[in-house]
Amino acid sequence: MTTRIFGSGIRRREDPRLITGQAAYTDDIKLTGMVHAAILRSPHAHARISGISVDAAQAAPGVLAVYTGADIADTLNPIPCAWVIPDSDLKAVAYPAIASDVVRYVGDAVAVVVAENRYQAEDALELIEVNYAPLPAVINPEDAMGDGAPQLHDDAPGNQAFHWVAAGGDTDAAFANAAITVRETIHQQKLIPNPMETRSAIASWSPAMGELTIWNTTQNPHIARFVTCLVTGVPEHKIRIIAPEVGGGFGAKIAVYPWEMIAAFCSMRLGVPVKWTETRTENYIATTHGRDHVEYVEMAADADGKVAAVRSVVYAGMGAYLSTAAPGIPTILHGLMYSGPYDIPNIKADIYGVFTNSTPVEAYRGAGRPEATFLLERLMDKVADAVGIDAVAVRRRNLIEPFDNNRDVAIGITYDSGNYGDALEQLLGHIGYDDFRQAQSHERAHHTYRGIGIACYCEICGLGPSQVAGAVGFGGGLWESATVRIYATGKVNVFIGTSPHGQGEETTFAQIVADEIGVDVDDVEVVHGDTDTTPMGWGTYGSRTTVVGGAAVALTMRKLRDKARVIAAHLLEADAADIEYADGKFFVRGAPDRAQTIQDIALQANVAWNLPAGIEPGMEASTYYDPPNFSYPFGAHAAIVSVDPDNGHITLDRYVAVDDCGPQINPMIVEGQVHGGVVQGAGQALWEGAVYDDSGQLLTGSMMDYAIPRAHLVPDIEVHSTVTPSPHNPLGVKGIGETGTIASTAAIYSAVMDALKPLGVTQLDMPLTPERVWRAIQASGHSHGNGSGHHHGNGHGHSHDHGHGH
Amino acid sequence: MPAKVPVTLTVNGRSRSADVEPRTLLVHFLRESLNLTGTKIGCDTSQCGACVVRMNGVTVKSCTAFAVQADGADIITIEGLAPDGNLTAVQEAFWNHHGLQCGYCTAGMIMSVTEIIARNPNPSAADVRAGLEGNMCRCTGYNNIVRAALAAAAAPHAADAKA
Repeated sequence: MTTRIFGSGIRRREDPRLITGQAAYTDDIKLTGMVHAAILRSPHAHARISGISVDAAQAAPGVLAVYTGADIADTLNPIPCAWVIPDSDLKAVAYPAIASDVVRYVGDAVAVVVAENRYQAEDALELIEVNYAPLPAVINPEDAMGDGAPQLHDDAPGNQAFHWVAAGGDTDAAFANAAITVRETIHQQKLIPNPMETRSAIASWSPAMGELTIWNTTQNPHIARFVTCLVTGVPEHKIRIIAPEVGGGFGAKIAVYPWEMIAAFCSMRLGVPVKWTETRTENYIATTHGRDHVEYVEMAADADGKVAAVRSVVYAGMGAYLSTAAPGIPTILHGLMYSGPYDIPNIKADIYGVFTNSTPVEAYRGAGRPEATFLLERLMDKVADAVGIDAVAVRRRNLIEPFDNNRDVAIGITYDSGNYGDALEQLLGHIGYDDFRQAQSHERAHHTYRGIGIACYCEICGLGPSQVAGAVGFGGGLWESATVRIYATGKVNVFIGTSPHGQGEETTFAQIVADEIGVDVDDVEVVHGDTDTTPMGWGTYGSRTTVVGGAAVALTMRKLRDKARVIAAHLLEADAADIEYADGKFFVRGAPDRAQTIQDIALQANVAWNLPAGIEPGMEASTYYDPPNFSYPFGAHAAIVSVDPDNGHITLDRYVAVDDCGPQINPMIVEGQVHGGVVQGAGQALWEGAVYDDSGQLLTGSMMDYAIPRAHLVPDIEVHSTVTPSPHNPLGVKGIGETGTIASTAAIYSAVMDALKPLGVTQLDMPLTPERVWRAIQASGHSHGNGSGHHHGNGHGHSHDHGHGH
Repeated sequence: MPAKVPVTLTVNGRSRSADVEPRTLLVHFLRESLNLTGTKIGCDTSQCGACVVRMNGVTVKSCTAFAVQADGADIITIEGLAPDGNLTAVQEAFWNHHGLQCGYCTAGMIMSVTEIIARNPNPSAADVRAGLEGNMCRCTGYNNIVRAALAAAAAPHAADAKA
């Protein structure tokens, strides 16, 4: 009895190059004759450019060229937005790669210098003189829609980028008739994704061939090729995008940015390869951000806590321009998820997309679903308080009953399968919920403040199907492809259209192949990230690579198995209908001793000396897979925190996750996804947030000021799972890449509010920094002790509690 | 432009000489002049630890040292940990325990964990977490990095890690 490779937590096949320093990320690559670009960025959040002088920079040592907005205007088309939400009056404002008249955020490009080396390029930036006439700026998305707010774009009056409403049932009637109504104002603070690798690109133009190659830190090289074609005018078949090793993305590497288009422009002008790599400080202003909602949300319930309705008005900051997929995030990926795991008959999402003078917003891990989960869980807690029942009781009362094949929810989408109550009950057992509540009541009597928070979630991921993508305005398909080639030696290459960057599909896809056709997992290599060598695919985001791309691989293997069966029948002089398959061997039913292995058959197929009539040579097949529905993973998470009332300091004591992504191909990788996601969500709850001053300067503009979770601040994450297969996916799998982030912000926030309950604190904005918590305790008048506690104030309201300087 | 300054240092057991601008950071020297790109740049404020190398037996952030400061020094980078292909206990443990995802922080993590174990052969999870305060990872939540470090410390050939 052998262990099935599908489901084994084998160690990753990509790791040897990564643990020895041999992997090549974009900035590690050097091309012959390569030169270096550095981009001059606006120091103003909003200003009119009245003049620009580049003469001194052009004369600086090593400088080959300096280009401004005027130089690119005739060559580079504006950067397009690829998600134009229908029926939303969306304003596709011009997004020039380099600004020439008005800059609209700190970070907007003003000029680019190309020099022999990076140091020279950066030196020359300082010699460019730009005359700015500063304009008033607006950062808060709700303020941006107010009367008299500074206007960013002439063709977007009131800074409204779009207005989208989705509804099901009769929400107004439900609120009018409700016994209980609770409401909350939620600030989903702007977050900075911070993949450890900043963005980078090398553009290499071949004048002789008219071909453009870009090595690009992207999550979706095929989309990048498509958009690069639109912006540069180079025909799509003459563009090659290579995503080499990519050091994390979390959504920040979805967008097609102006910066690689600028590098392409420079290479096309100069005829040499041009590298651009952003510094981390540049990354903070030039690479997309996430979240940034101001939300007014309400929930209606009966006197027992059965929820009747939820509704919102959301002002979603888009930043200064519409990034590639930005409009879809607060709408399709947020507003459509207002039912979560709950049975809520009346739902209305009323979403405004708003231009502000800040870095454009894009998907950031979870992308819309953490915000939806947060508001539902926050409102559930408030309903529980209003009814006077426990937080768990209100959730039990509202969770959707188990179902294994399709469940419609009021807002008009159909979940695939779910057993939400089971996840919750298992969670309560793992964390010892009842025991905690007992201990907590004793502790509170002794002025010890611990809290527990529960977050149940269901999320939409595994994006397609493409037909739906088209219907909701996504400017592309959402299918995936795989080509699998088995060589004469029995070794296997898998070519995929998606582009993983840390998620481990070189391993899990090899496991799918090994499981489907019985080869050794070490005989499989997965190839991805190069548009010239891989079939078309739409990329890695929305927890879709395994769900959609993995399905394409599995279906391809089944095609190859069918072909192998026919060849085996021919070689064994039997009827194909009598051929059985097991563990990589094909044999006549009842005669396993005379078997043809997949390797035997691959050899025969490749040499083609003796194939049955009508069978083509080679052992290669492809699948273009468009899923019939999204996947809807779910789960329940719990956090336990301690709050020190003397200084507002929060300690995350325990964190338990129960997630259901269907059958797990590699449980070790699944756990790793949950660990990382949970800690990223913890960052939003406790530490992270982009803070701007009134003039639009980013105050949290480096890793010294923006508080990414560190090892000593988080506990061991306890990960458990349930398994509810998706009925429509050939492997039954659902996505797992974002669930941790989707649940953990809500669970940790809820735990802190639970801990603070006896201290009279009922509302706090994230991140829950010691200063904020301490001030809230002081303001509530419930504080204990002498009140002289440790002082954490820093005057900016952003998190400095990590300690910095190492 | 200031005159270039000659530096000679030993990197992964090999003597290397070059003329560098005085402002050249050690990490740029390693990556650009010596093509040792396993050492990464993750920030420019000395926070993230992706650039950690061993200099004269102790870990340093190579973005916070000038190449000229390393004149005469003995440097070990990630490429020098397993020159013969035999992974160190720490590298092996990172692989076995899924202590990396995108891999970008990994060189610095492995260098730092190697030193944590060298200083304290029997660390607790809290010791490891405290020791990694200057290394950031955005993928793993640190969970499996801590597991890998504890496993490496417990491995029979952990002493190899001290190199």
